[in-house]
Amino acid sequence: MNNKFFFLEKLFKLILKIATLIIIIIFILMFISLIERSIPSFLKNGIYILIGTTWDVYNEIFGGAPAILATLFSSIIAVLFALPISLFIAIFYTEYCPLRIRQLISEVISLLAAIPSVIYGIWGLWTISPLIKIYIQEPIIAYIGFIPIFSGPAYGLSIFLASLILIIMIVPIISSLTIDIFSKTPITLREGIIALGATKWEVVKYIVIPFSKGGIFAATILGLGRALGETMAVTMVIGNAYVWPFKSISIFSPATTITSKIASEFPESVVNLIHSSSLISLAFILLIISISINFLADLILKKFTGGKL
Amino acid sequence: MNIRKIKDLLIKIISSIVTIIMAIPLLWIILDVLIKGISIISLEFLTSLPAPIGEGGGIANAIIGTLIINTMACIIGIPLGIATGVYLSEYSDNSKFSILLRNIIYTLSGVPSIILGIFAFSIIVIRIGHYTAIAAAFALSIIIIPIIAKATEEGMKAVPIEIREGAIALGLPKWIITIKIILGVAKNSVITSSLLAFARISGETAPLLFTALFSNYWPRSLNEPMASLQVLIYNYAMSGFEAWVTKAWGASLLLLLLVLSINILIRRYLR
Repeated sequence: MNNKFFFLEKLFKLILKIATLIIIIIFILMFISLIERSIPSFLKNGIYILIGTTWDVYNEIFGGAPAILATLFSSIIAVLFALPISLFIAIFYTEYCPLRIRQLISEVISLLAAIPSVIYGIWGLWTISPLIKIYIQEPIIAYIGFIPIFSGPAYGLSIFLASLILIIMIVPIISSLTIDIFSKTPITLREGIIALGATKWEVVKYIVIPFSKGGIFAATILGLGRALGETMAVTMVIGNAYVWPFKSISIFSPATTITSKIASEFPESVVNLIHSSSLISLAFILLIISISINFLADLILKKFTGGKL
Repeated sequence: MNIRKIKDLLIKIISSIVTIIMAIPLLWIILDVLIKGISIISLEFLTSLPAPIGEGGGIANAIIGTLIINTMACIIGIPLGIATGVYLSEYSDNSKFSILLRNIIYTLSGVPSIILGIFAFSIIVIRIGHYTAIAAAFALSIIIIPIIAKATEEGMKAVPIEIREGAIALGLPKWIITIKIILGVAKNSVITSSLLAFARISGETAPLLFTALFSNYWPRSLNEPMASLQVLIYNYAMSGFEAWVTKAWGASLLLLLLVLSINILIRRYLR
């Protein structure tokens, strides 16, 4: 009897161990296979894959700089705008909004986060892009188009539109995390400053934000990670031309990010080893950026709050 | 009113306006998809195969394909996720193995899904020599694992110590305590997270582009290219033909209904 129990206990533990081992193996395999398939590209392109500006499949010249820069630029812009918006939403949620509206706000946030990115894509492509072209790009180009970053022509599909869609996609992520962090402010600190006669804004400014600094930063970085890896919406609205930022620095130019390049070229690249390998080496670079960013967010959270989000 | 009160009022106004503005895209997307998608929805659209431009046809194979691929991904991902969550909650210690596992689960949740697609392409599609739904399910299951593992672990950690003590006092072996009692209590969070994972992978498109690709026919075997709503929306929306773009809106409406109804269900009834 006891032996049987002992055996089953061992068996149960073994099953768990095997399952966790499978996950570890999958993770390691992911690295190995990406590195393995990147090698031909690194051998052929060398450092050019990072700094080169030309992507010429016919002559097998593969420079990834425009894709890498567009990825970083669109994501950083998205986060720079999404952060203040999210902070205001979190401030409204925790300080000013009536209790019965809270449920509604958190519902809106979670539904926005749940909308598939391909639907953001079709919406951006067919609904937003024509409006942006007529009501934003054309007037701006007409009035201040002499400034290179606002120069024409207006295509609609552009790195500007991609950043805009990314902002909408990132706000729910950052704001829901920020709301979580804000609600963890110790109530005693709050009560203390309220007792001194502080307004709600002063509570936020002197207590909530200083207390949540680390968490806000980590949430922002997690949002950045999302924006960097976002594929479908970006691919559908960015225009997929290797123009920005070397042939035109206008934010209204079409551009190409790492993910949009892979999504639009990968299926046809499999016939050319160096071509597909170059795309995979871009993916590998993206993976390294994403992992470092997540690691950084984790580190900050551990330092400030001692836990994961 | 003094300057402090005015500042407070100003912030109140700005933050409420910003919050209202956030709701606009949500309403806009939902209404847009509803208005543009509803006209195409018909019995034929829901039950027949894609047809050449201008000949009607439907998206039934993509609906079925999405469900098949998702189900396969859940069959692979949910057990692995639960097992990992149970391990992390009940058997992990401060050994290097546990720390490594924890970090891997955390890192996996931040890996862009397009990379999982390339990974599945490299180790399955290339080896087999053709696009296959199995590779898609594999890629999507890697998205599921961290979601389920985290929810399981948290659900189990929330089990009150009294229940554990009671079970131990009865002399039950640990594995029975774990399965019957603790996992029983954590059941709700496991079910909720499984549904959430299902909704989440229903929206994933990038991994499918390099794995299941697309097909204009009914699924006959799991080991072949398979249609999905997500890839159909992408292909048709990017095609530029008005008839196809309309179909993409119709497919978007179905996908949005699927994803949002699961999310609303979870928020309203399960949490």
